[in-house]
Amino acid sequence: MGGWDWGFVSQIMPTLLRGLLVTFEATLLGSVLAFALGLVLALLRRAGIPVVSRLVWLFIEFVRSTPLLVQLYFLFFVLPDFGIRLSSLTAGVIGLGVHYACYTAEVYRAGIEGVPRAQWEAATALSLPRHRTWTRVILPQAVPRVLPALGNYVISMFKETPLLLAIGVIDLVGAAKEAGAGAYRYVEPYTLAGLLFLLLSYPAAVLVRRLERRVGH
Amino acid sequence: MPADDVMIRFDKVVKRFGDNVVLRELDFQARPGEHVTLIGPSGSGKTTILRLLMGLERVNGGTIQVGDEYLSHMRRGDKLVPADERHLRKVRRRIGMVFQQFNLFPNMNVLRNLTEAPISVLGQPREQAEARAKELLDMVGLAEKLTANPAELSGGQQQRVAIARALAMQPDVLLLDEVTSALDPELAAGVLDVLRDIARSTDVTLLCVTHAMKFARDISDRVLMFDGGKIIEDAPPAEIFDSPREARTRDFLQSVIET
Amino acid sequence: MFDNFELFLTTLLRGAPLTVAATGGGIVLTILLSFVAGLAMLSRSRWVRFLARVYVEGWRGTSEVVQLFWIYFAVPLLVGFQLVPLWAGILVLGLNHGAYGAEIVRGAVNAVPRAQHEGAIALNLGPAQRIRKVILPQAFVEMVPPFNNLFIQLLKSSSLLSLITVTEITNQGVQVLVPNYTGQALTIFLIMLVLYLILSLVITVVMRLVERWAARVAGRPATARARVTGELGI
Repeated sequence: MGGWDWGFVSQIMPTLLRGLLVTFEATLLGSVLAFALGLVLALLRRAGIPVVSRLVWLFIEFVRSTPLLVQLYFLFFVLPDFGIRLSSLTAGVIGLGVHYACYTAEVYRAGIEGVPRAQWEAATALSLPRHRTWTRVILPQAVPRVLPALGNYVISMFKETPLLLAIGVIDLVGAAKEAGAGAYRYVEPYTLAGLLFLLLSYPAAVLVRRLERRVGH
Repeated sequence: MPADDVMIRFDKVVKRFGDNVVLRELDFQARPGEHVTLIGPSGSGKTTILRLLMGLERVNGGTIQVGDEYLSHMRRGDKLVPADERHLRKVRRRIGMVFQQFNLFPNMNVLRNLTEAPISVLGQPREQAEARAKELLDMVGLAEKLTANPAELSGGQQQRVAIARALAMQPDVLLLDEVTSALDPELAAGVLDVLRDIARSTDVTLLCVTHAMKFARDISDRVLMFDGGKIIEDAPPAEIFDSPREARTRDFLQSVIET
Repeated sequence: MFDNFELFLTTLLRGAPLTVAATGGGIVLTILLSFVAGLAMLSRSRWVRFLARVYVEGWRGTSEVVQLFWIYFAVPLLVGFQLVPLWAGILVLGLNHGAYGAEIVRGAVNAVPRAQHEGAIALNLGPAQRIRKVILPQAFVEMVPPFNNLFIQLLKSSSLLSLITVTEITNQGVQVLVPNYTGQALTIFLIMLVLYLILSLVITVVMRLVERWAARVAGRPATARARVTGELGI
C-alpha cells in the first residue's frame, strides 16, 4: 500500500466534488443563519432588559465554551426524543448557524460599540431621528468594521463543516472517507480533501486580510 | 585635523526618508572630550545625526567614522562596504545614547536596567556591574531607587536612570536626544544638573540635541546651527547666542526664547 | 429524567482523563510551536520566514478534521506505522493550534514599542538578547488573552478525537451511553456540555493567574480587562 495512484484520483474526484457541493451548501446556509441569529442575539443584549441580556450572555458563553461536535450530536440525538426529526444536513446547518451566531453576535456588538460615543451625541445635537441616526451615522461606520470579522467566521465555518460527517452528512470529507474505506486507500482522498480546503480557504483568507487592512483594523 | 584627534567624523553624509532629504552631504567633526550641541528648527535633521551614530538608521551616502573606525562601513580588502550587524555592534560599543522618552525597560528594575548590558554585552562579573551601577545611581541622586520599577518613578527620575544606564556602558561618546523635552520644567532642571555634572567631571564626548538654550550655553564648547539638512553656523556658544552671524540663526533663537 | 444521572456522570467522567490529557498535551505542543513559528516569522532570514509562513498558512488553511484523518489514516499507509490514537490527536491539536498561536506571538512581539528595540540597540544588546531579555518579557502579557481563547478552542477540538476511537468524554457519551439509554439523550448531553464548560472555565481561571504574573514580568500594573471574548482572527 501507499504511493500515489492517479487512476484512483480520477476515479474518486467526482465523488469528492459532489461532497464539496454539500460542504458549500452547509457553509452558505449556516452563514445566513449565523449572520441573522447573531444580529438578533446582539440586539437582544442591547435591548436594555436586564434579564434578557443576562440570559443571552449566558447562552452565548455556554455555546462558545462547548464543542460544536457535541452540539451537533445534541441536535441529532436529543431533538427526536421530543418528536422533532431533522435531516442530517438540517441539523448540521442549525448546529453551525447557532454556534457561529454566538461569535457573530460579539462581532456586531464590537462593531456598534466601536463607533465613538461622540457620534451618537453629534447626531442627537443635530436632532436626527433615531432611525436616521442608525441608517445614516452608526451603521455606515459599523458595517465596514464588521465585514472582515464576519468573513473570517465564514472561512472557519467552511473548515468546520466536516464535523457534520459525524451525524451522517456526506460532505467533502465524508465523501473522502467513504471513497477511502471502499478501496482501503486513504492517502489520495484525504490529501485531496486537504488540498481542496487549502485551495479555497487560503485565497479567501488573503482577501479578508486585504479587506481588514483597507478598513484599517 | 589629524585622525587621532577626531572622535566623530561625518563625511558627505546623505540621509533620505523616501523623497524627503534630511541630510545633504553633511560634513562635521567632533574632537575627543568635546561638548557639541546641535540646535535648529524641528525636522532639520539633528536627531537623525544621533540616530545614525547609534546605528538606528543607515546612511544613504557618505561615511561616518568613530575614532579611527568606520561606523557606516567596514573595510573589506581595500574597499569600503556597508557595515554588517557584527561590525556595527563592535563600533557601537563606544557610543551611548539617552532618548527623549527614556526607553527604560519596564520588565527590569532600576538596578537590572543598569547591569543587564554591562554583564551580557561587556561580560562584566555581576558584582562589578552592580557596584558600578550603585556608584552611577548615587551620582544621579537615585541611590535609594535601586530596586524600584521604572513605572514607579517620575519622568525626571526615569531620565536620570537612563543617563546612568548609558554611562554604565563606559561610552566614549554620549548622545543626548532632547532628553528634557518630555519633562515638566521643574523635573527637567534636575536632569540638566546631572548632565552639567557629567560634562564637568568626565572626559566623555557629548553630542547633544536640545531646546534648553541656557543649558546648551553652559556646557557646550561648540554650538552647531542646523537648517535644511546643513550646518549653517558653527561657533562657540557665547558667539552664537550673543552675536549670531546668520539671519536664520537669529530668527530661530528669537522663536525659541519667545515660546 | 435524572434516574441515571449518577451512572451517566461516572461514565462520562471516565472519559475526562483522556480529554484532559489530549488538551494538556495539545496545549504544551501549541505553546512550543507558537513560539518557534512565531519568532521564525520575524527572522531576518527570508527562508526561515518562508518556511514558517508555509507551516502557518498550511495548517490554518485546511480543516482540522481532515488533518486528523490524514495523520491517523493516511500517514500510516505512507510511513508504515500507526500512531496511537491519543498521540495522533495531540499531534494534530498542537500542529493546528500552534499555527494560530504563531500569529499571536508574532503580533505581540510587533506590539512592543519600537522605542524598546532602540533602547536595547543603544545598549549594544545583540538580536537574540534583545528578543529574550527586553522584548519577550513585555510581549507575554499581550499574548495571554488570545492564548486563553486559543486553548478553549483546543479543548473544544479535543472532542474530535472521539472520531478516531479515543475514549474521551464525547466518545463515552455518544458511543457508550446514547445507544444504550434511548430517550435519555437530553440528560446525557447536558452533563457532557457542562463538563466541557467546567473545563473551559478552569482554563480561563488559570490564564487569569498567568496574566497577572505576565503583567508583573512586563513591569506594568495589571489592567482590568473585559471578559476575554476576542475573536481568533482566522
